[in-house]
Amino acid sequence: MLTHVKKKDVLLVRLQGELDQCTASGIRRDIDDMLQDPSVRHLVLDLRDMPFMDSSGIGVILGRYRMLCLRGGSVSLMRLTPQVRRIYDLSGMAQVIPVIEEREDEGCK
Amino acid sequence: MQVINHMRLTFDARPENESFARVAVSAFTVPMNPTMDVLSDVRTAISEAVTNAIVHAYGERGGEIELDAALREDGRLLLFVRDRGCGIADIARAMQPFFTTQPEKERSGMGFAVMQSFMDGIRVESVPGEGTTVYLEKQIRTQPPLPVNNRPRSEDIQ
Repeated sequence: MLTHVKKKDVLLVRLQGELDQCTASGIRRDIDDMLQDPSVRHLVLDLRDMPFMDSSGIGVILGRYRMLCLRGGSVSLMRLTPQVRRIYDLSGMAQVIPVIEEREDEGCK
Repeated sequence: MQVINHMRLTFDARPENESFARVAVSAFTVPMNPTMDVLSDVRTAISEAVTNAIVHAYGERGGEIELDAALREDGRLLLFVRDRGCGIADIARAMQPFFTTQPEKERSGMGFAVMQSFMDGIRVESVPGEGTTVYLEKQIRTQPPLPVNNRPRSEDIQ
């Protein structure tokens, strides 16, 4: 399950549920469908409704990063839950995938 | 060291059983009153171990995964994840961060790294062609649990 909003060349996707090897392929497919739009250069994943992610999620995020790098774009994350933050910190993703710290009234409504 | 509780499960190596394993191990651990962080670490580690068995040990052919969980009286949780799959020829290499045999499937190669950093102990035994067992340990609490007759009774809080 995910909802999304697009502003100019930024696609903001709010993911819901757990991201493991079982759910990874569906989430990957849904995001890639949206990335078919060639005007999208930057992907922002809102993770407030994702209580759990394992290393399968690292693969999904880095895979989207590689795709958008080819377009000169980026991937960012926002609103990480505590468990997802642990995986994020361990993965070393921070070097290429920043976390956007935003105000309460921003983000994907 | 005495084991005060034990659980043994056998389930099919199917992706939907990754979340089942997380829920089962969580439910087994909760009576030890773990912190949220500790419980979260255990859930993540078991998810990685079971995923490895499904994806790497068995792949397309499927099979069964055995999961043992034991709580020791010193507050330590022991987990055993056993498969009868293809086995790992070079365990040291498999445990290196970012090593994966399936880069085309966007595997991160971080499964064992997650288990190593989220748990207090890990051991891997494997025989190629026969299967793999992953042993995981986590200190859930430092104090022994209260004896049953010392716990608050429902009438105490009414």
